[in-house]
Amino acid sequence: MSPFDVHAVRADFPIFARQVNGYPLAYLDSASTAQKPRAVIDSMVQLYETSYANVHRGVYTLGQESTALYEAARETVRAFLGASSTREIIFTRDATEALNLVAYSYGRANLGPGDVIVSTELEHHSNLVPWQVLARETGATLRFIHIDDHGSLMLEELDEIAAAGNVKLLAVVDQSNSLGTRVPVRTLADWVHGQGGVLVVDGAQSAPHRPIDVGALGADFFAFSGHKLCGPSGAGGLYGRRELLEAMPPFLTGGEMIRSVRLERTSWNELPWKFEAGTPAIAEVIGMGAAIEYLTRIGLDAIHEHEAGITRYCLERLDEVPGVRVLGPEDPAERGGVVSFTLEGVHPHDVAEILDSVAVCVRAGHHCTQPVMERLGVPATTRASFYLYTLPEEIDRLVEGLHRVRRTFRL
Amino acid sequence: MDDLYRDHILDHYKDPRNYGPMDDPDVSAEGQNPLCGDQLSIDLKVHDGTIADIRFHGRGCAISQAATSMLTEMVMGRPVDEVAALGREDIVEEVGIPLSPVRLKCALLGLGTLKVALHRHLGTPLPEGWAGMDEVDWR
Ligand SMILES: Cc1ncc(COP(=O)(O)O)c(C=O)c1O
Repeated sequence: MSPFDVHAVRADFPIFARQVNGYPLAYLDSASTAQKPRAVIDSMVQLYETSYANVHRGVYTLGQESTALYEAARETVRAFLGASSTREIIFTRDATEALNLVAYSYGRANLGPGDVIVSTELEHHSNLVPWQVLARETGATLRFIHIDDHGSLMLEELDEIAAAGNVKLLAVVDQSNSLGTRVPVRTLADWVHGQGGVLVVDGAQSAPHRPIDVGALGADFFAFSGHKLCGPSGAGGLYGRRELLEAMPPFLTGGEMIRSVRLERTSWNELPWKFEAGTPAIAEVIGMGAAIEYLTRIGLDAIHEHEAGITRYCLERLDEVPGVRVLGPEDPAERGGVVSFTLEGVHPHDVAEILDSVAVCVRAGHHCTQPVMERLGVPATTRASFYLYTLPEEIDRLVEGLHRVRRTFRL
Repeated sequence: MDDLYRDHILDHYKDPRNYGPMDDPDVSAEGQNPLCGDQLSIDLKVHDGTIADIRFHGRGCAISQAATSMLTEMVMGRPVDEVAALGREDIVEEVGIPLSPVRLKCALLGLGTLKVALHRHLGTPLPEGWAGMDEVDWR
Protein backbone atom coordinates (compact mmCIF):
# COMPACT_ATOMS: atom_id res chain seq x y z
CA MET A 1 0.00 0.00 0.00
CA SER A 2 2.77 2.40 0.92
CA PRO A 3 5.46 3.44 -1.59
CA PHE A 4 8.16 2.90 1.06
CA ASP A 5 8.78 0.68 4.06
CA VAL A 6 7.01 2.50 6.87
CA HIS A 7 8.43 0.22 9.54
CA ALA A 8 11.95 1.06 8.36
CA VAL A 9 11.06 4.76 8.54
CA ARG A 10 9.73 4.32 12.05
CA ALA A 11 12.98 2.73 13.10
CA ASP A 12 14.62 6.08 12.27
CA PHE A 13 12.54 7.82 14.97
CA PRO A 14 13.80 7.05 18.48
CA ILE A 15 10.58 8.24 20.11
CA PHE A 16 8.63 5.30 18.76
CA ALA A 17 10.43 3.09 21.28
CA ARG A 18 8.43 4.93 23.94
CA GLN A 19 5.33 3.55 25.60
CA VAL A 20 2.61 5.63 27.19
CA ASN A 21 0.29 4.09 29.76
CA GLY A 22 1.70 0.72 28.79
CA TYR A 23 0.89 1.07 25.09
CA PRO A 24 3.17 1.85 22.16
CA LEU A 25 2.81 5.38 20.95
CA ALA A 26 0.22 6.10 18.23
CA TYR A 27 1.26 9.64 17.41
CA LEU A 28 -1.55 11.19 15.35
CA ASP A 29 -0.74 14.85 15.90
CA SER A 30 1.87 15.63 13.27
CA ALA A 31 -0.05 18.65 11.99
CA SER A 32 0.77 20.22 15.31
CA THR A 33 4.40 19.18 15.29
CA ALA A 34 6.28 16.24 13.79
CA GLN A 35 8.54 13.74 15.54
CA LYS A 36 12.29 13.80 14.84
CA PRO A 37 14.40 11.20 13.06
CA ARG A 38 17.79 10.20 14.38
CA ALA A 39 19.48 12.05 11.49
CA VAL A 40 18.12 15.37 12.75
CA ILE A 41 19.03 14.74 16.36
CA ASP A 42 22.50 13.59 15.34
CA SER A 43 23.11 16.62 13.14
CA MET A 44 22.57 18.90 16.11
CA VAL A 45 24.53 16.80 18.58
CA GLN A 46 27.39 16.59 16.13
CA LEU A 47 27.41 20.32 15.60
CA TYR A 48 27.57 20.99 19.33
CA GLU A 49 30.18 18.32 19.89
CA THR A 50 32.50 19.19 17.03
CA SER A 51 31.92 22.50 15.24
CA TYR A 52 29.77 24.90 17.21
CA ALA A 53 30.58 28.60 17.14
CA ASN A 54 28.74 31.72 16.06
CA VAL A 55 28.12 32.14 12.34
CA HIS A 56 29.40 34.86 9.96
CA ARG A 57 31.83 36.18 12.53
CA GLY A 58 34.68 33.93 13.48
CA VAL A 59 37.79 33.70 11.36
CA TYR A 60 38.72 30.60 13.27
CA THR A 61 38.00 27.06 12.13
CA LEU A 62 34.89 26.41 14.24
CA GLY A 63 33.24 29.61 13.11
CA GLN A 64 33.92 28.73 9.50
CA GLU A 65 32.53 25.23 9.92
CA SER A 66 29.37 26.44 11.65
CA THR A 67 28.86 29.07 8.98
CA ALA A 68 29.35 26.54 6.20
CA LEU A 69 26.79 24.16 7.76
CA TYR A 70 24.33 26.98 8.39
CA GLU A 71 24.58 28.27 4.84
CA ALA A 72 24.41 24.72 3.45
CA ALA A 73 21.02 24.45 5.15
CA ARG A 74 19.96 27.55 3.21
CA GLU A 75 20.85 25.85 -0.04
CA THR A 76 18.91 22.77 1.10
CA VAL A 77 15.83 24.92 1.75
CA ARG A 78 16.25 26.73 -1.56
CA ALA A 79 16.23 23.47 -3.48
CA PHE A 80 13.35 22.14 -1.36
CA LEU A 81 11.14 25.12 -2.25
CA GLY A 82 12.32 25.47 -5.85
CA ALA A 83 13.55 29.03 -5.29
CA SER A 84 16.08 30.41 -7.76
CA SER A 85 18.52 31.90 -5.28
CA THR A 86 19.53 31.41 -1.64
CA ARG A 87 19.14 35.18 -1.33
CA GLU A 88 15.41 34.53 -1.38
CA ILE A 89 15.54 32.24 1.68
CA ILE A 90 15.33 33.91 5.07
CA PHE A 91 15.56 31.88 8.24
CA THR A 92 12.99 32.71 10.88
CA ARG A 93 11.85 31.12 14.10
CA ASP A 94 8.79 29.56 12.45
CA ALA A 95 5.92 30.26 10.06
CA THR A 96 4.43 32.74 12.51
CA GLU A 97 7.56 34.89 12.47
CA ALA A 98 7.84 34.58 8.69
CA LEU A 99 4.28 35.84 8.23
CA ASN A 100 4.84 38.65 10.70
CA LEU A 101 8.00 39.62 8.83
CA VAL A 102 5.95 40.07 5.66
CA ALA A 103 3.18 41.96 7.46
CA TYR A 104 5.57 44.33 9.20
CA SER A 105 8.21 44.83 6.60
CA TYR A 106 6.40 44.52 3.28
CA GLY A 107 3.02 45.55 4.64
CA ARG A 108 3.99 48.76 6.36
CA ALA A 109 6.05 49.91 3.40
CA ASN A 110 3.47 49.10 0.73
CA LEU A 111 -0.02 49.46 2.15
CA GLY A 112 -2.04 52.49 3.07
CA PRO A 113 -5.56 53.79 3.52
CA GLY A 114 -7.96 52.49 0.90
CA ASP A 115 -5.83 49.46 0.04
CA VAL A 116 -7.35 46.03 0.42
CA ILE A 117 -5.81 42.97 2.06
CA VAL A 118 -7.62 39.74 1.23
CA SER A 119 -7.48 36.67 3.41
CA THR A 120 -9.78 33.72 4.05
CA GLU A 121 -12.01 32.25 6.70
CA LEU A 122 -9.82 29.14 6.69
CA GLU A 123 -6.67 30.70 8.12
CA HIS A 124 -4.66 29.71 11.15
CA HIS A 125 -4.57 32.64 13.57
CA SER A 126 -0.93 33.14 12.51
CA ASN A 127 -2.05 34.13 9.03
CA LEU A 128 -4.95 36.22 10.23
CA VAL A 129 -3.96 38.29 13.25
CA PRO A 130 -0.88 39.93 11.60
CA TRP A 131 -3.14 41.16 8.78
CA GLN A 132 -5.72 42.47 11.22
CA VAL A 133 -3.00 44.45 12.96
CA LEU A 134 -1.55 45.65 9.65
CA ALA A 135 -4.98 46.80 8.45
CA ARG A 136 -5.58 48.68 11.67
CA GLU A 137 -2.19 50.39 11.54
CA THR A 138 -2.16 51.34 7.87
CA GLY A 139 -5.84 52.11 7.37
CA ALA A 140 -6.11 49.30 4.82
CA THR A 141 -9.28 47.22 4.63
CA LEU A 142 -9.34 43.49 5.31
CA ARG A 143 -11.69 41.36 3.21
CA PHE A 144 -12.31 37.63 3.34
CA ILE A 145 -13.04 34.71 1.09
CA HIS A 146 -15.48 32.62 3.09
CA ILE A 147 -15.81 28.84 3.26
CA ASP A 148 -18.75 26.60 2.47
CA ASP A 149 -20.17 23.87 4.72
CA HIS A 150 -17.33 21.55 3.75
CA GLY A 151 -14.61 24.05 4.47
CA SER A 152 -13.80 24.86 0.83
CA LEU A 153 -13.18 28.44 -0.23
CA MET A 154 -16.05 30.06 -2.11
CA LEU A 155 -14.00 31.41 -4.99
CA GLU A 156 -17.07 33.00 -6.54
CA GLU A 157 -16.64 35.76 -3.95
CA LEU A 158 -13.48 36.90 -5.75
CA ASP A 159 -15.49 38.76 -8.38
CA GLU A 160 -17.10 41.01 -5.85
CA ILE A 161 -13.79 41.69 -4.15
CA ALA A 162 -12.17 42.47 -7.53
CA ALA A 163 -15.02 44.79 -8.44
CA ALA A 164 -14.38 46.87 -5.34
CA GLY A 165 -10.71 47.13 -6.43
CA ASN A 166 -7.47 48.18 -4.70
CA VAL A 167 -6.39 44.63 -3.82
CA LYS A 168 -2.74 44.79 -2.78
CA LEU A 169 -2.16 41.50 -1.01
CA LEU A 170 -3.73 38.08 -0.64
CA ALA A 171 -2.69 35.92 2.31
CA VAL A 172 -3.83 32.32 2.10
CA VAL A 173 -3.09 28.95 3.62
CA ASP A 174 -1.92 26.22 1.22
CA GLN A 175 -3.50 23.49 3.30
CA SER A 176 -5.77 24.01 6.28
CA ASN A 177 -4.45 22.69 9.58
CA SER A 178 -7.87 22.20 11.12
CA LEU A 179 -9.77 20.59 8.21
CA GLY A 180 -7.04 19.46 5.85
CA THR A 181 -8.57 21.41 2.96
CA ARG A 182 -6.19 21.92 0.06
CA VAL A 183 -6.55 25.38 -1.40
CA PRO A 184 -6.25 26.09 -5.15
CA VAL A 185 -3.35 28.45 -4.60
CA ARG A 186 -2.34 28.67 -8.27
CA THR A 187 -5.78 30.01 -9.20
CA LEU A 188 -5.57 32.56 -6.40
CA ALA A 189 -2.06 33.56 -7.50
CA ASP A 190 -3.29 34.36 -11.00
CA TRP A 191 -6.21 36.25 -9.58
CA VAL A 192 -4.24 38.44 -7.18
CA HIS A 193 -1.51 39.10 -9.73
CA GLY A 194 -4.25 40.19 -12.12
CA GLN A 195 -5.30 42.67 -9.44
CA GLY A 196 -1.73 43.97 -9.18
CA GLY A 197 -1.27 42.48 -5.71
CA VAL A 198 1.14 40.00 -4.15
CA LEU A 199 0.47 36.51 -2.86
CA VAL A 200 1.52 35.39 0.62
CA VAL A 201 1.24 31.63 1.13
CA ASP A 202 1.14 30.00 4.54
CA GLY A 203 2.86 26.73 3.74
CA ALA A 204 3.13 25.46 7.32
CA GLN A 205 0.94 22.43 6.47
CA SER A 206 1.93 21.86 2.86
CA ALA A 207 5.73 22.04 2.83
CA PRO A 208 6.09 18.98 5.11
CA HIS A 209 3.79 16.81 3.02
CA ARG A 210 4.23 17.32 -0.71
CA PRO A 211 6.69 18.81 -3.19
CA ILE A 212 6.65 22.59 -3.28
CA ASP A 213 7.74 24.82 -6.13
CA VAL A 214 7.21 28.43 -5.19
CA GLY A 215 7.47 29.52 -8.82
CA ALA A 216 4.87 27.06 -10.08
CA LEU A 217 2.66 27.98 -7.14
CA GLY A 218 2.88 31.68 -7.99
CA ALA A 219 3.87 32.59 -4.44
CA ASP A 220 5.55 35.94 -3.83
CA PHE A 221 6.10 34.93 -0.22
CA PHE A 222 5.96 31.43 1.26
CA ALA A 223 6.20 30.74 5.01
CA PHE A 224 6.90 27.43 6.73
CA SER A 225 7.98 25.91 10.05
CA GLY A 226 10.84 23.45 10.45
CA HIS A 227 9.31 21.64 13.40
CA LYS A 228 6.38 20.42 11.29
CA LEU A 229 8.73 18.78 8.81
CA CYS A 230 10.71 16.72 11.32
CA GLY A 231 13.14 19.50 12.19
CA PRO A 232 13.63 21.01 15.64
CA SER A 233 11.37 23.73 16.96
CA GLY A 234 12.88 27.22 16.73
CA ALA A 235 13.73 27.27 13.02
CA GLY A 236 11.55 27.98 10.02
CA GLY A 237 11.74 30.08 6.95
CA LEU A 238 10.39 32.56 4.51
CA TYR A 239 10.80 32.50 0.77
CA GLY A 240 10.39 35.95 -0.75
CA ARG A 241 10.72 37.03 -4.36
CA ARG A 242 14.03 38.81 -4.67
CA GLU A 243 12.82 42.18 -6.05
CA LEU A 244 10.30 42.41 -3.23
CA LEU A 245 12.83 41.55 -0.53
CA GLU A 246 15.39 43.98 -1.97
CA ALA A 247 12.93 46.84 -1.74
CA MET A 248 11.67 46.00 1.75
CA PRO A 249 12.99 47.66 4.89
CA PRO A 250 14.39 45.28 7.53
CA PHE A 251 12.10 43.66 10.08
CA LEU A 252 14.27 43.35 13.19
CA THR A 253 17.42 45.44 13.43
CA GLY A 254 20.70 44.96 15.27
CA GLY A 255 23.77 42.85 14.69
CA GLU A 256 24.31 40.65 11.66
CA MET A 257 21.83 42.48 9.43
CA ILE A 258 24.06 45.53 8.96
CA ARG A 259 26.79 46.45 6.51
CA SER A 260 28.15 49.49 8.22
CA VAL A 261 27.07 51.36 11.30
CA ARG A 262 27.80 54.93 12.29
CA LEU A 263 26.42 56.38 15.46
CA GLU A 264 23.49 57.94 13.67
CA ARG A 265 22.88 55.76 10.64
CA THR A 266 23.38 52.32 9.26
CA SER A 267 23.44 50.64 5.92
CA TRP A 268 21.78 47.26 5.65
CA ASN A 269 23.46 44.02 4.88
CA GLU A 270 22.59 42.30 1.61
CA LEU A 271 19.97 39.59 1.22
CA PRO A 272 19.18 37.37 2.97
CA TRP A 273 21.10 38.53 6.05
CA LYS A 274 19.32 41.89 5.99
CA PHE A 275 16.41 40.00 7.54
CA GLU A 276 18.38 37.93 10.03
CA ALA A 277 19.22 40.24 12.91
CA GLY A 278 21.07 38.81 15.87
CA THR A 279 22.51 35.35 16.45
CA PRO A 280 20.27 32.91 14.63
CA ALA A 281 19.07 29.50 15.81
CA ILE A 282 22.24 27.92 14.45
CA ALA A 283 21.79 24.30 15.50
CA GLU A 284 18.06 24.39 14.77
CA VAL A 285 18.61 25.68 11.24
CA ILE A 286 21.19 22.95 10.65
CA GLY A 287 18.77 20.40 12.10
CA MET A 288 16.06 21.67 9.78
CA GLY A 289 18.42 21.20 6.85
CA ALA A 290 19.04 17.61 7.98
CA ALA A 291 15.27 17.06 8.23
CA ILE A 292 14.69 18.29 4.69
CA GLU A 293 17.48 16.08 3.40
CA TYR A 294 15.90 13.14 5.21
CA LEU A 295 12.46 13.83 3.72
CA THR A 296 13.94 14.40 0.29
CA ARG A 297 15.71 11.03 0.42
CA ILE A 298 12.38 9.31 1.02
CA GLY A 299 10.71 11.60 -1.50
CA LEU A 300 7.96 14.13 -0.95
CA ASP A 301 5.84 12.51 -3.65
CA ALA A 302 6.10 9.17 -1.87
CA ILE A 303 5.29 10.75 1.48
CA HIS A 304 2.27 12.39 -0.03
CA GLU A 305 1.09 9.14 -1.54
CA HIS A 306 1.54 7.30 1.74
CA GLU A 307 -0.47 9.89 3.65
CA ALA A 308 -3.22 9.87 1.04
CA GLY A 309 -3.58 6.10 1.59
CA ILE A 310 -3.71 6.52 5.37
CA THR A 311 -6.24 9.34 5.07
CA ARG A 312 -8.54 7.28 2.85
CA TYR A 313 -8.30 4.38 5.26
CA CYS A 314 -9.05 6.64 8.23
CA LEU A 315 -12.11 8.13 6.54
CA GLU A 316 -13.38 4.65 5.74
CA ARG A 317 -12.87 3.34 9.26
CA LEU A 318 -14.38 6.38 10.96
CA ASP A 319 -17.50 5.74 8.95
CA GLU A 320 -18.07 2.66 11.14
CA VAL A 321 -18.17 4.58 14.40
CA PRO A 322 -21.68 5.71 15.33
CA GLY A 323 -21.98 9.44 16.00
CA VAL A 324 -18.81 10.47 14.19
CA ARG A 325 -19.14 13.46 11.88
CA VAL A 326 -16.10 14.18 9.74
CA LEU A 327 -15.57 17.84 8.85
CA GLY A 328 -13.86 19.21 5.77
CA PRO A 329 -13.80 18.32 2.09
CA GLU A 330 -15.86 15.33 0.96
CA ASP A 331 -13.52 14.52 -1.90
CA PRO A 332 -10.39 12.91 -0.38
CA ALA A 333 -8.35 14.42 -3.24
CA GLU A 334 -9.06 17.86 -1.80
CA ARG A 335 -7.77 16.84 1.62
CA GLY A 336 -4.28 16.50 3.02
CA GLY A 337 -3.39 14.09 5.83
CA VAL A 338 -5.72 15.62 8.37
CA VAL A 339 -9.07 14.32 9.62
CA SER A 340 -11.07 16.51 11.96
CA PHE A 341 -14.23 15.10 13.46
CA THR A 342 -16.78 15.34 16.21
CA LEU A 343 -18.30 12.49 18.19
CA GLU A 344 -21.88 13.09 19.15
CA GLY A 345 -22.43 13.39 22.89
CA VAL A 346 -18.75 13.70 23.82
CA HIS A 347 -16.65 16.83 23.89
CA PRO A 348 -13.36 16.59 21.90
CA HIS A 349 -11.39 17.27 25.04
CA ASP A 350 -12.86 14.15 26.64
CA VAL A 351 -12.29 12.15 23.45
CA ALA A 352 -8.59 13.11 23.48
CA GLU A 353 -8.23 12.33 27.17
CA ILE A 354 -9.66 8.83 26.81
CA LEU A 355 -7.61 8.18 23.65
CA ASP A 356 -4.49 9.19 25.57
CA SER A 357 -5.19 6.45 28.09
CA VAL A 358 -4.43 4.00 25.25
CA ALA A 359 -1.51 6.14 23.95
CA VAL A 360 -3.38 7.47 20.92
CA CYS A 361 -2.26 11.11 20.64
CA VAL A 362 -4.76 13.41 18.95
CA ARG A 363 -5.41 17.10 19.24
CA ALA A 364 -8.66 18.47 20.64
CA GLY A 365 -9.68 22.10 20.40
CA HIS A 366 -10.13 24.83 17.86
CA HIS A 367 -6.63 24.31 16.37
CA CYS A 368 -5.98 28.07 16.26
CA THR A 369 -8.77 28.44 13.71
CA GLN A 370 -11.65 29.81 15.75
CA PRO A 371 -13.40 31.35 12.71
CA VAL A 372 -13.51 27.91 11.05
CA MET A 373 -15.09 26.37 14.16
CA GLU A 374 -17.64 29.15 14.33
CA ARG A 375 -18.52 28.79 10.66
CA LEU A 376 -19.04 25.04 10.95
CA GLY A 377 -21.00 25.43 14.18
CA VAL A 378 -18.76 23.39 16.46
CA PRO A 379 -16.90 24.64 19.53
CA ALA A 380 -13.99 22.32 18.87
CA THR A 381 -13.04 19.15 17.04
CA THR A 382 -10.87 16.12 17.56
CA ARG A 383 -8.14 16.02 14.93
CA ALA A 384 -6.02 13.11 13.79
CA SER A 385 -3.16 14.00 11.47
CA PHE A 386 -0.67 11.80 9.68
CA TYR A 387 2.87 11.71 8.42
CA LEU A 388 5.40 9.44 6.78
CA TYR A 389 5.59 7.26 9.91
CA THR A 390 1.85 6.69 10.36
CA LEU A 391 0.70 3.07 10.25
CA PRO A 392 -2.75 1.75 9.31
CA GLU A 393 -2.67 -0.10 12.66
CA GLU A 394 -2.62 3.28 14.36
CA ILE A 395 -5.86 4.15 12.61
CA ASP A 396 -7.29 0.86 13.91
CA ARG A 397 -6.24 1.88 17.41
CA LEU A 398 -7.88 5.28 16.94
CA VAL A 399 -11.12 3.56 15.95
CA GLU A 400 -10.94 1.09 18.85
CA GLY A 401 -10.23 4.05 21.11
CA LEU A 402 -13.35 5.82 19.88
CA HIS A 403 -15.44 2.75 20.71
CA ARG A 404 -13.89 2.90 24.16
CA VAL A 405 -14.89 6.56 24.43
CA ARG A 406 -18.46 5.63 23.58
CA ARG A 407 -18.47 2.88 26.20
CA THR A 408 -17.05 5.21 28.83
CA PHE A 409 -19.81 7.69 28.09
CA ARG A 410 -22.40 4.87 28.04
CA LEU A 411 -23.38 5.65 24.47
CA MET B 1 -8.85 7.90 33.11
CA ASP B 2 -11.56 5.67 34.53
CA ASP B 3 -11.11 7.76 37.66
CA LEU B 4 -12.08 10.82 35.71
CA TYR B 5 -15.32 9.70 34.17
CA ARG B 6 -16.99 8.42 37.30
CA ASP B 7 -20.74 7.99 37.48
CA HIS B 8 -21.44 11.27 39.24
CA ILE B 9 -19.47 13.20 36.61
CA LEU B 10 -21.29 11.52 33.73
CA ASP B 11 -24.59 11.99 35.51
CA HIS B 12 -24.11 15.75 35.85
CA TYR B 13 -22.74 15.96 32.30
CA LYS B 14 -25.68 14.18 30.71
CA ASP B 15 -28.29 15.67 32.97
CA PRO B 16 -26.97 19.06 34.05
CA ARG B 17 -28.84 20.70 36.93
CA ASN B 18 -30.09 24.27 36.68
CA TYR B 19 -29.35 24.30 32.97
CA GLY B 20 -30.65 26.77 30.41
CA PRO B 21 -31.07 30.49 30.00
CA MET B 22 -32.86 32.62 32.62
CA ASP B 23 -35.41 35.35 32.01
CA ASP B 24 -34.50 38.66 33.53
CA PRO B 25 -31.39 37.76 35.52
CA ASP B 26 -30.11 40.26 38.06
CA VAL B 27 -26.57 39.63 36.96
CA SER B 28 -24.81 37.46 34.36
CA ALA B 29 -21.32 36.60 33.23
CA GLU B 30 -19.69 34.66 30.45
CA GLY B 31 -16.53 32.63 30.71
CA GLN B 32 -14.37 30.88 28.17
CA ASN B 33 -11.61 28.38 28.14
CA PRO B 34 -9.31 29.53 25.33
CA LEU B 35 -7.69 26.11 25.18
CA CYS B 36 -10.88 24.32 24.14
CA GLY B 37 -12.94 27.22 22.84
CA ASP B 38 -15.54 26.37 25.46
CA GLN B 39 -18.09 28.95 26.45
CA LEU B 40 -20.19 29.23 29.53
CA SER B 41 -22.89 31.67 30.64
CA ILE B 42 -24.11 31.97 34.20
CA ASP B 43 -27.24 33.91 35.17
CA LEU B 44 -28.24 34.78 38.74
CA LYS B 45 -31.12 36.17 40.69
CA VAL B 46 -30.12 37.73 43.99
CA HIS B 47 -32.57 38.48 46.85
CA ASP B 48 -31.55 39.95 50.19
CA GLY B 49 -27.91 39.10 49.67
CA THR B 50 -28.51 35.44 48.84
CA ILE B 51 -28.47 33.56 45.57
CA ALA B 52 -32.16 33.01 44.91
CA ASP B 53 -31.66 31.29 41.56
CA ILE B 54 -28.75 30.28 39.37
CA ARG B 55 -28.72 28.83 35.87
CA PHE B 56 -25.98 28.10 33.40
CA HIS B 57 -25.67 27.17 29.74
CA GLY B 58 -22.94 26.77 27.20
CA ARG B 59 -20.73 24.14 25.67
CA GLY B 60 -17.86 22.35 27.22
CA CYS B 61 -16.24 19.08 28.15
CA ALA B 62 -17.66 16.64 30.68
CA ILE B 63 -15.48 18.02 33.46
CA SER B 64 -16.38 21.69 32.95
CA GLN B 65 -20.08 20.95 32.49
CA ALA B 66 -20.32 18.58 35.45
CA ALA B 67 -18.33 20.87 37.73
CA THR B 68 -20.55 23.81 36.85
CA SER B 69 -23.69 21.76 37.37
CA MET B 70 -22.44 20.71 40.82
CA LEU B 71 -21.47 24.28 41.58
CA THR B 72 -25.00 25.52 40.93
CA GLU B 73 -26.38 22.99 43.43
CA MET B 74 -23.70 23.92 45.91
CA VAL B 75 -24.42 27.67 45.92
CA MET B 76 -28.17 27.81 45.49
CA GLY B 77 -29.72 29.74 48.39
CA ARG B 78 -26.37 30.70 49.93
CA PRO B 79 -25.24 34.26 50.80
CA VAL B 80 -23.50 36.07 47.95
CA ASP B 81 -20.47 37.15 50.00
CA GLU B 82 -19.92 33.61 51.23
CA VAL B 83 -20.07 32.20 47.69
CA ALA B 84 -17.83 34.98 46.37
CA ALA B 85 -15.21 33.79 48.83
CA LEU B 86 -15.23 30.15 47.65
CA GLY B 87 -11.81 28.87 46.71
CA ARG B 88 -10.50 26.46 44.13
CA GLU B 89 -10.24 23.72 46.74
CA ASP B 90 -13.97 23.90 47.42
CA ILE B 91 -14.90 23.01 43.89
CA VAL B 92 -12.05 20.51 43.49
CA GLU B 93 -13.31 18.70 46.57
CA GLU B 94 -16.87 18.74 45.32
CA VAL B 95 -15.87 17.36 41.93
CA GLY B 96 -13.98 14.61 43.74
CA ILE B 97 -11.78 13.26 40.96
CA PRO B 98 -8.03 13.58 40.34
CA LEU B 99 -7.43 16.52 37.98
CA SER B 100 -4.38 17.19 35.81
CA PRO B 101 -3.43 20.88 35.47
CA VAL B 102 -5.24 21.02 32.12
CA ARG B 103 -8.43 19.50 33.50
CA LEU B 104 -8.23 21.73 36.59
CA LYS B 105 -8.82 24.68 34.25
CA CYS B 106 -11.94 22.92 32.97
CA ALA B 107 -13.18 22.24 36.48
CA LEU B 108 -12.66 25.87 37.53
CA LEU B 109 -14.35 27.51 34.54
CA GLY B 110 -17.75 27.56 36.29
CA LEU B 111 -16.45 28.96 39.56
CA GLY B 112 -14.39 31.62 37.78
CA THR B 113 -17.38 32.71 35.74
CA LEU B 114 -19.59 32.77 38.83
CA LYS B 115 -17.03 34.94 40.60
CA VAL B 116 -17.08 37.42 37.74
CA ALA B 117 -20.87 37.65 38.08
CA LEU B 118 -20.84 37.98 41.86
CA HIS B 119 -18.12 40.61 42.00
CA ARG B 120 -19.89 42.49 39.26
CA HIS B 121 -23.02 42.37 41.39
CA LEU B 122 -21.15 43.45 44.53
CA GLY B 123 -19.22 46.12 42.66
CA THR B 124 -15.95 44.69 43.99
CA PRO B 125 -12.87 43.86 41.94
CA LEU B 126 -12.16 40.27 40.96
CA PRO B 127 -9.71 38.83 43.51
CA GLU B 128 -6.15 38.23 42.50
CA GLY B 129 -5.58 34.93 40.78
CA TRP B 130 -8.96 35.01 39.06
CA ALA B 131 -8.14 37.72 36.57
CA GLY B 132 -8.34 36.47 33.02
CA MET B 133 -11.60 34.77 33.92
CA ASP B 134 -13.14 38.08 33.03
CA GLU B 135 -14.82 38.54 29.71
CA VAL B 136 -12.89 38.76 26.46
CA ASP B 137 -11.42 42.11 25.67
CA TRP B 138 -11.68 42.28 21.86
CA ARG B 139 -8.68 43.96 20.35
C1 LIG C 1 -1.59 26.47 8.75
C2 LIG C 1 -0.67 26.93 9.82
N1 LIG C 1 -0.15 28.15 9.76
C3 LIG C 1 0.70 28.60 10.70
C4 LIG C 1 1.04 27.84 11.77
C5 LIG C 1 1.97 28.39 12.79
O1 LIG C 1 3.08 27.63 12.90
P1 LIG C 1 4.18 27.98 14.00
O2 LIG C 1 3.47 27.92 15.31
O3 LIG C 1 5.19 26.92 13.84
O4 LIG C 1 4.67 29.34 13.67
C6 LIG C 1 0.52 26.56 11.90
C7 LIG C 1 0.83 25.72 13.07
O5 LIG C 1 -0.01 25.03 13.60
C8 LIG C 1 -0.35 26.09 10.90
O6 LIG C 1 -0.88 24.87 10.97
